[in-house]
Amino acid sequence: MLDKKTGQAPAPSQGSNTRGMKGLSDRMVGWIFIAPTIFLLLAINIFPLIWTIRLSLTNYRANRTNAEVKWLGLRNYERILTDPDIWNAMQATAHFVFWTLTLQVLIGFTLAYLINKKFKGNDLWTTIIVLPMMLSPAVVGNFWTFLYQPQIGLFNYFIGFLTGADPSSFSMIGDVALAPWSIVIVDTWMWTPFVMLICLAGLRSIPDSIYEAAECDRASKWRQFWTITIPMALPFLMLAVLFRGIENFKMFDLVVQLTGGGPGSITELTSINLKREAFEKWRTGYASAYAVILFVTVFGLASIYVKALNKVKER
Amino acid sequence: MNRKMILTACASVLFASSLATTAKAEDLTLCWASWDPANALVELSKDFEAQSGHSMNFEFVPWPNFADRMLNELNSGGKLCDLMIGDSQWIGGSAENGHYVKLNDFFDAEGIKMTDFIDATVAGYSEWPKNTPNYWALPAFGDVVGWTYRKDWFERPELQAEFKEKYGRDLAAPDTFAELKDIAEFFQGREIDGTTVYGASIYTERGSEGITMGAMDVLYSYGFLYENPEVPYDMEGFVNSDGAIAGLEYYKELYDCCTPPGSSNGYMSEGIDAFKSGQVALQMNFAFTWPGFESDANVGNGKTGYFVNPKGPNGDQFAQLGGQGISVVSYSEKQDAALEYIKWFAKPDVQAKWWEMGGFSCLKSVTLAPEFPQSQPYAQTFLDSMAVVKDFWAEPSYATLLQDTQRRFHDYVVAGNGTAKEALDGLVRDWTETFEDDGKL
Repeated sequence: MLDKKTGQAPAPSQGSNTRGMKGLSDRMVGWIFIAPTIFLLLAINIFPLIWTIRLSLTNYRANRTNAEVKWLGLRNYERILTDPDIWNAMQATAHFVFWTLTLQVLIGFTLAYLINKKFKGNDLWTTIIVLPMMLSPAVVGNFWTFLYQPQIGLFNYFIGFLTGADPSSFSMIGDVALAPWSIVIVDTWMWTPFVMLICLAGLRSIPDSIYEAAECDRASKWRQFWTITIPMALPFLMLAVLFRGIENFKMFDLVVQLTGGGPGSITELTSINLKREAFEKWRTGYASAYAVILFVTVFGLASIYVKALNKVKER
Repeated sequence: MNRKMILTACASVLFASSLATTAKAEDLTLCWASWDPANALVELSKDFEAQSGHSMNFEFVPWPNFADRMLNELNSGGKLCDLMIGDSQWIGGSAENGHYVKLNDFFDAEGIKMTDFIDATVAGYSEWPKNTPNYWALPAFGDVVGWTYRKDWFERPELQAEFKEKYGRDLAAPDTFAELKDIAEFFQGREIDGTTVYGASIYTERGSEGITMGAMDVLYSYGFLYENPEVPYDMEGFVNSDGAIAGLEYYKELYDCCTPPGSSNGYMSEGIDAFKSGQVALQMNFAFTWPGFESDANVGNGKTGYFVNPKGPNGDQFAQLGGQGISVVSYSEKQDAALEYIKWFAKPDVQAKWWEMGGFSCLKSVTLAPEFPQSQPYAQTFLDSMAVVKDFWAEPSYATLLQDTQRRFHDYVVAGNGTAKEALDGLVRDWTETFEDDGKL
């Protein structure tokens, strides 16, 4: 409030840095402000994590609350790490994550590079390309099950048209060899635009003056690409990989809609496997141990990756 | 005298009004799967609303999510459902975990006798432990896996002649699984009215219970047993007997030779679609789907025939039980009104109307009535099928047992991994581990 006589803001009273409202210290006021956030964080993040770790050491089942809960120590962890089905799910997840990231980065970066060139209809093409990522994964999953249908699916007809094969002679989601690729294709179709957008932001952040200087030095377009474009867009590219990597490691909805984890267990990713253990078999203790292992894996990999990302940014 | 009469009249009015307040109208919620019979039940329940003054709400969940959604509701002690028409396999867990109200005293008080209901449905939907007089549900909807076939195709003279020449017998509803496969092979890839058709639609669904229901429907007649009849939970040599292995091999052969392309994840609704659209000559499905075929423009009007699950190689004949019982949820605050509903639903006239509306009644006075076999084209097949039913485990751990079966069967039948023996040996190991965890072994 302004001083009526001087027209200036009143001078702060002595000790205002250390005393806030009603004699509380600034430090105390600060604590009061952040306490609700800390409480919420403890309640919805830290407490469930501790509780999950505790449950992972027992045979607790959430559907049998009356049953005696036995302390198992590390038995659940031992069973998980020696279970071939869990390792199969891990392998399926690794295959899915590796190929989706590779394809999305390659196609996404290429699209961003092309869109970054100034041409007529640039904005329209950008909008069309990003449409798939605006759809719900459940809708996309359902929609692609029809596209993959051997008798009426457009995808099979398209492949048949290109190769001359009978469209109903192969089933993308029913064949053991093709099913893992069917989910990779759909995820790539849906999320490449996201990678493209991040890469586009990276490409547009490179000042034109650097390219102009390179032109003066008579650097070829190829050399400009490898020594200017790639290094300067790399942090953005790595960020896109981090986001998509974390997302795809916990992929669930799209794959459940498409294949349900089948045929057999060939596309049963860890998140689907974990859901079955936790909410279909109701082995809560076992599923908790499984969740802890996945958490440690993702957290560890993400930490290493973020360190590498920071190093690239510092360069 | 007049004064006395007035006082008595006043007292009577007061007493009557107090009674009316005690039996207050409730809002009841009934939970079930979202399917045709549920719509019939909504219509049927209007009579209950009119008679009782209670109002009925319904919570229907599509089959693939039904167990997940409703078991979550029960396990969390939810108050959403007052009445639950739960799957037969839930009975063990729901009884042992206190989700359902035990109905013995209520049945005794209301004169509802379980002997009035089809025996298999009482054992399948109401009793826990099995074969003991402890009742947790009233049989509500009888169901069983059976088969439909395109009667109009079977009756074509040119197809009959070709079939007879090839197989040396008439083209008719099969008596054995071997005959069924011959018919499926005969139709596979055949052109009928300018369209390519296929042999059979069978259950292959991976996510919930589909392939287990389908494969078990065959395995029972091949000699599969869940356990040693003399020693509970002794499964070695029963689950993976030579007969069971042959049955699973047969199911895979049928899947490989005679199903339409892209049938790797099909259950009830996919079977209905395949049959109604004229894709297949034979279809495995639960009996609840049959009324829908009779009224369908493509396959109704006598074009569809029905037959009981065929016999195995040794002449044994069994079929997979479906269906559900109706229970009162123990977490409900309106249990009295919910019990009123069950009392009303058990009445013979209500059960007769239930059958007329497309609900498969389990009451003997309805199903054993002389006019019953002629009441619908599928009525006799339903009766014959209900006489040979077997059901999956109804243990509290049924979900774990089921998911292991789904994985083992899908891995072998659809994905083609390993052999039938390896699949069933693996199943014995999985089930043994589960029963050990439960302290039953």
